[in-house]
Amino acid sequence: MSLVYSEEQQLLADTAAEFLMAKSPVAAQRKLRDAGVAEGFDAALWREMVDMGWSAIPFPEAVGGLAFGCKGLGAVFEQIGRNLSASPLLSSVVLGGGVIELAGSAAQQAEWMAALIAGEKRIALALDEQPRHDPAAVALTATRDGEDYVLNGAKAFVADGIGADAFVVAARTGGLAGERAGISLFLVPAGAPGLQVSAMKTLDARNHANLVLQDVRLAAATLLGVEGEGFQALDAALDRGRVCLAAELLGATQSLFDATVEYLKTRVQFDVPIGSFQALQHRAAWCFAQLQLARSTVMAGLAALDDPALDAAARARMASLAKWKAGEVAHRISREAVQMHGGMGVTDELDVGLYLKRIRVAQASLGDGDFHVQRFGELSPQ
Amino acid sequence: MSTLEDFRRETRAWLEANCPPSMRTAMPDGELVWGGRTVEFKHEDQRLWFERMRDKGWFCPDWPAEYGGGGLTQEQNAVLEAEMRRLHCRPPQINLGIWMLGPVVLEFGTEEQKRALLPPMARGEVRWCQGFSEPNAGSDLASLKTSAVEAGDHFVVNGTKIWTSYGDKSDWMYMLVRTDPVAPKQQGISLLVVDMSSPGIQAQPIDLISGKSSFCQVFFDNVQVPRHQLIGPLNGGWTLAKALLQHERRAMSKFGEFALPTHFDLLSIAGKYLPAPSASSPADIALRQRVFAMAMDEMAYSLTAQRMGEEARARRNVSGLMSIMKLVHSEQEKDKFEVLADVLGHRALGWEGEAFEAQELALTKAWLGSFAQTIAGGSSEVQLNVIAKRVLVLPEGGASKQGK
Repeated sequence: MSLVYSEEQQLLADTAAEFLMAKSPVAAQRKLRDAGVAEGFDAALWREMVDMGWSAIPFPEAVGGLAFGCKGLGAVFEQIGRNLSASPLLSSVVLGGGVIELAGSAAQQAEWMAALIAGEKRIALALDEQPRHDPAAVALTATRDGEDYVLNGAKAFVADGIGADAFVVAARTGGLAGERAGISLFLVPAGAPGLQVSAMKTLDARNHANLVLQDVRLAAATLLGVEGEGFQALDAALDRGRVCLAAELLGATQSLFDATVEYLKTRVQFDVPIGSFQALQHRAAWCFAQLQLARSTVMAGLAALDDPALDAAARARMASLAKWKAGEVAHRISREAVQMHGGMGVTDELDVGLYLKRIRVAQASLGDGDFHVQRFGELSPQ
Repeated sequence: MSTLEDFRRETRAWLEANCPPSMRTAMPDGELVWGGRTVEFKHEDQRLWFERMRDKGWFCPDWPAEYGGGGLTQEQNAVLEAEMRRLHCRPPQINLGIWMLGPVVLEFGTEEQKRALLPPMARGEVRWCQGFSEPNAGSDLASLKTSAVEAGDHFVVNGTKIWTSYGDKSDWMYMLVRTDPVAPKQQGISLLVVDMSSPGIQAQPIDLISGKSSFCQVFFDNVQVPRHQLIGPLNGGWTLAKALLQHERRAMSKFGEFALPTHFDLLSIAGKYLPAPSASSPADIALRQRVFAMAMDEMAYSLTAQRMGEEARARRNVSGLMSIMKLVHSEQEKDKFEVLADVLGHRALGWEGEAFEAQELALTKAWLGSFAQTIAGGSSEVQLNVIAKRVLVLPEGGASKQGK
């Protein structure tokens, strides 16, 4: 299990860095926000990302992917984080595509994978119902009715839900909320009668949605995998998403930290650069050290996703480690960055606030620190 | 001409044939072998491994053969290290001389000094200790006062050194002394090597809050040191000291690769002392979360050590990474023992006697011992200064000249 990017992966990272700096710098995210774009991303930019092959990176060749591995994808997400670039790469490709690759039948894969990879269609994952992420807490019900299922309930915080062509909806066909058994996954078309999608305008100006499902009637063919046994594939796809999001957090944090160190060198108070004050030097040095630890866990998480020798629990443990550490360090450094920028740090003029907001959202998405500490513990041999 | 791959094959075969299987296991505490005038072996395999590596010149694989080294190129040395890691070979001996003084003698010593000092070092025949810190010169090392006054063909040394590990068990010391009392403090320092059996030297072990320790205070009372034992130029010792400390950081990080996970395993200890999750109070659950988070940070550190090794082998600059290792590890150890002490409750408050299990007493000692880790070998504050100045290149400030 290697913790450094290979030459090929590094090349991909460099290409992504150049591309995003030119086409999707932070200023572009600011523009999207100010224009109030409902999708939260630039469709033309997404088209270009697809053309560069990013949406094909993690999938096996059998379903039209490049089989380049998640580590390569992580290298891209790191650059996405640096620039705060918005795109449905995580929602539609890693999570949506991940579930279909892992749980879908050949027919479902044939219908969706090529379209997802080509960027012709988008899928969003509708999972969370409670304020805090907990995939076993699914309460939305799917009741068998003849050949059909009927879904009732609500979903919240669905990333890139506005404008999605379909949703992977986690529903309960058995058991109680909190249990892993009894969760089933359905592919629900956006136009299904009884499905209401409304915007949830979040502070990072990305696309999030609330879903209400009232007697949504689905053919049995929309079930992904086996009834009541959806959790395993769901959790495996979530782990891919968690580590990719950790890579995004790492990139965002690195970029914010670099800008803060630069500010410490140039901002003059009391006739000296404020970076000459030991009180700030030590805090900045600690941030640097923590960032290194976070990077190691993210690299290990990415490597674990690609390592066929690991069992699911070991892989999940690494994913939780990466998401936890990247989130904790991002949180700490974003707070320091605002403080060290002083009054300017709380103005909208500086990009610091944009990073702070995106980091807060990414940190809460797919499991916060407390969630992943508990999960790591439960997965640990004791 | 043999290629690197040939060398790898030969090295692998040699290690497989010569490293006894018992020397390829995790090293328990107290099984370190220290080179010196008298070497103690716990069992025969330790002796075999020591002698075979010595005879191969592989105590110092990348030193020139004429000074007792293995004469390997850097690339070959990296292959040897990788193969030893692959087979989990224990280091055949621990020797501060080889890791720290040796490279400095190679770089700054005279031809005579190299011939006199290096071959015995390379054979593991001399146990070295370090005389840097003084009671009034800790983090501010350059304010040291132990004096060496020239008197014909020798120096006369007076003063005291503190925090010298195994000062009472070592054969020789390399030490910083003041040879010019009026020059600006960093410019009046020289590096001497001294035979610890010289008349006038007394080493006294120091008791710590954790009990007995390997640290000593060493007193020098009119000790005569031959002039040819001055390494580098007179009053030019500070440059050498900085080089030595760099080797120390490198050696510590290398040593880190061999060091084993401590035998205080967070998760298994928590499993033993905390009630089962089903019987846990909210406070138990909160404490268990702290244990898990600590275990995760421990893992983040060991992954970082692994990543540093990989990046170095990929020829990337790892100086930034290297600068955080001591800081992070020592601070984490301190935090870890606090969490463990919380888990053990009053079982972590024993000092001696039958009322406590041996592991409980050991844990208490380790908790107390962990306080020294963020002070010794460059305090955390000095480490942070180094990161701020050398890695982040933050501007110099009036109040923070340390770590420059």
